[in-house]
Amino acid sequence: MSASSTAEAPFVPKTKVGSFTNFVDERVGGSGILREFGRKVFPDHWSFMFGEVALYSFVILLMSGTFLTFFFDPSMAETHYQGSYTPLYNVEMSVAYSSSLNISFDVRGGLFMRQVHHWAALLFVASLGVHMLRVFFTGAFRKPREMNWVVGGVLLILAMAAGFTGYSLPDDLLSGNGLRIIDGVIKSIPVIGTYTSFFLFGGEFPGTAIIGRLYVLHILLVPALILLMIVIHLFMVVVHKHTQYPGPGRNDGNVVGYPLGPVYAAKAGGFFFIVFGVLALMAAAFTINPIWNYGPYDPSPVSAGTQPDWYIGFVDGALRLMPGVINDFHFEWVIFGRTLTLNVLLPALVPAGIIFTVLFMYPWIERWITKDNREHHVLDRPRNAPTRTAIGVAGFTWYCVMWAAAGSDLIATHFHVSLNDVTYWLRTLFFIGPVIAFIVTKRIALALQRKDREIALHGRETGRIVRLPHGEFIEVHAPLDEYKRYKLVGFESLAPLPAEPNEHGVVTRKEKRRAALSKWFFEDRVAPATPAELEAAHAHGHHEAIAAGEDQKSLSH
Amino acid sequence: MKALSQKRRHPLAAIALLLMGLLLTGGLYAVATTVNQAKADTTSFSASDVEEGGKLFAANCATCHGMGASGTQDGPSLVGVGAAAVDFQVGTGRMPMQMSGPQAQQKPAQFNEEQTKQLAAYVASLGAGPAIPEEHLLDGKGDAANGGELFRVNCAMCHNAAAAGGALTRGKFAPALAGVSAEHIYEAMATGPQNMPVFNDSNITPEDKRDIITFLKTIEANGSPGGADLGSLGPVSEGLFVWVAGLGVIIAFTIWLTSRTS
Repeated sequence: MSASSTAEAPFVPKTKVGSFTNFVDERVGGSGILREFGRKVFPDHWSFMFGEVALYSFVILLMSGTFLTFFFDPSMAETHYQGSYTPLYNVEMSVAYSSSLNISFDVRGGLFMRQVHHWAALLFVASLGVHMLRVFFTGAFRKPREMNWVVGGVLLILAMAAGFTGYSLPDDLLSGNGLRIIDGVIKSIPVIGTYTSFFLFGGEFPGTAIIGRLYVLHILLVPALILLMIVIHLFMVVVHKHTQYPGPGRNDGNVVGYPLGPVYAAKAGGFFFIVFGVLALMAAAFTINPIWNYGPYDPSPVSAGTQPDWYIGFVDGALRLMPGVINDFHFEWVIFGRTLTLNVLLPALVPAGIIFTVLFMYPWIERWITKDNREHHVLDRPRNAPTRTAIGVAGFTWYCVMWAAAGSDLIATHFHVSLNDVTYWLRTLFFIGPVIAFIVTKRIALALQRKDREIALHGRETGRIVRLPHGEFIEVHAPLDEYKRYKLVGFESLAPLPAEPNEHGVVTRKEKRRAALSKWFFEDRVAPATPAELEAAHAHGHHEAIAAGEDQKSLSH
Repeated sequence: MKALSQKRRHPLAAIALLLMGLLLTGGLYAVATTVNQAKADTTSFSASDVEEGGKLFAANCATCHGMGASGTQDGPSLVGVGAAAVDFQVGTGRMPMQMSGPQAQQKPAQFNEEQTKQLAAYVASLGAGPAIPEEHLLDGKGDAANGGELFRVNCAMCHNAAAAGGALTRGKFAPALAGVSAEHIYEAMATGPQNMPVFNDSNITPEDKRDIITFLKTIEANGSPGGADLGSLGPVSEGLFVWVAGLGVIIAFTIWLTSRTS
């Protein structure tokens, strides 16, 4: 054996390219990596591509952001604008704002790059959000992907942080107003608030330090953390392999799809340029954050229509919804000479706190309720997990109510309604909106499941009405092919799991709570049609079958 | 004459005729409009203006504002509001009011320039008030940068930094300022119509008002340097755009990219 292996002649490449690649391969072992990664299989579905959109947006953000750093000066020193935008000529402003204006008007391609950067930032967070919604509603966060779900949540928070620090950099009136709100929120934190604010701003707001500090966070710390999280995220995707939608031949032990190389890699590479192209078109044709409109920051004016970028909107909306006084009950108290402003503290921190706590905890909550410790690589169709879907829609509705509240003034002017009425309605919806959404969603999901069951058992309605010889009218139902039927019946419908005693034979109070939640979760359920039911329905259909036309259709009532 | 009649069937005769007609009507129009401008410039009103204005007022305004403009339950007294207030309210169609509501809505003017001037003359004769501004304050040739600063400090909180308008409480609103004439902007500042505060001459001097008008006319003429402005409404319209159009197009592409497989 050893003799034959030593006798084997070393590989001698025949071409120049071959010898070069062989040289590299013998030193870094690229072919092994390529063999491993090139064979990784990715299932193809449009809803699986939002993570990619986020990744590509981030790459575009890095590239356009690098360009912007060449020309941006994060100084709060005072200057008089001497650039080419006349409505601001010789106006006193910070160097940061002046350099932002120069990027927009005097640097070749600068305005385009600024707009690419800003649109990409909005798309980055939006695609992240949609990606997370997809993961939630298909149950992709279940074992073994719980930790990757948390990494995704951290990425969402980091993306918001990156966005907000960037939003504040141009030091225009809009970004200054945004910073002032953040300052107010920080100051509302009991005891440490004022100190934190003074630490952050280097003294009383706005000070002369904040832009430089935010700049360091924006171009160094936050992107580095995002990059780290992306690496961890993608590493775990490789380890876990990709999830797939249910279908014939797909199970928790396989992945059905295309290998990475060459088809999927080509698609993904092309998709990067599609995302880039869409962003470039948007940046070329649609203005975003026209900083020249807002003027330099000055703590006294606040423009109408001042809002944060969309991903901070829900916090701004919550602040707008919060009343300062209800009848005679004030939300601002003075305790031991210190002011506690609940009307700022509660809306600014509580809804966001609830949303992110539930978001991070959810995989473990569901795992605790179901006691399900199996690995899941096949996704749920949202309708097949009615309670989870309803919880998700309820949470999303809650978010949307707050989100809409951030644009309450524009809703009022554009729909010709009273701003006060908009606020009252949104306050009501803040409380009852999620409840209505939960009930409606759950009912819709259950109804869709019943429809699926009906179609699986009796076939698809064809719309053809046939009159039988004895006068009865029946509609012809066409049976489904095997593949379509599999999609409708191939899922697992969990049933409530009653409380079980622990090893000491005691049913703990916690276990009772779990059982109650399990009942609430899975009490309303539609079981998939079983093979026996299918067989029975099929036989029933054939029993009444007649030769209705040239195509053979089975009939049923 | 003979030469002319010989050329009357020339192929270019029709075009020449058309050109002459256009020149004639255009010239007449130019003369007519300069005549109108000259009329509008006169800020001193004649006695006949006051008399005619009084008749118009009794017929169209007195139902709410009372005979002699002394006010009723339905409308305030107009003694001392000045000609500027009348020129703004009637000139922008806000008065006579179409219907009761949170505030008077702009609509096509109900009176022509002559009648508006007569009404202004009548109301101005009842008591001293802000007059129709002089032409040199409306020329839009002031300092746009100074006007911009004044606009952001005094006006942007309701009208939006880009003058795109904004909401006020209980159905009231500050309108967008694009397309509003310099004269009406000045009069609005001087008289404070609807919910707008009065910016009198010691608050914002006439020269500063001229700068504000210059700023508004400059940004209106500049357009949007960065492409379609999405209503100049700020981050809400941008967010809506990226979710609907941006993400919409991306989703269309993802569906296209994955459409070949099951």
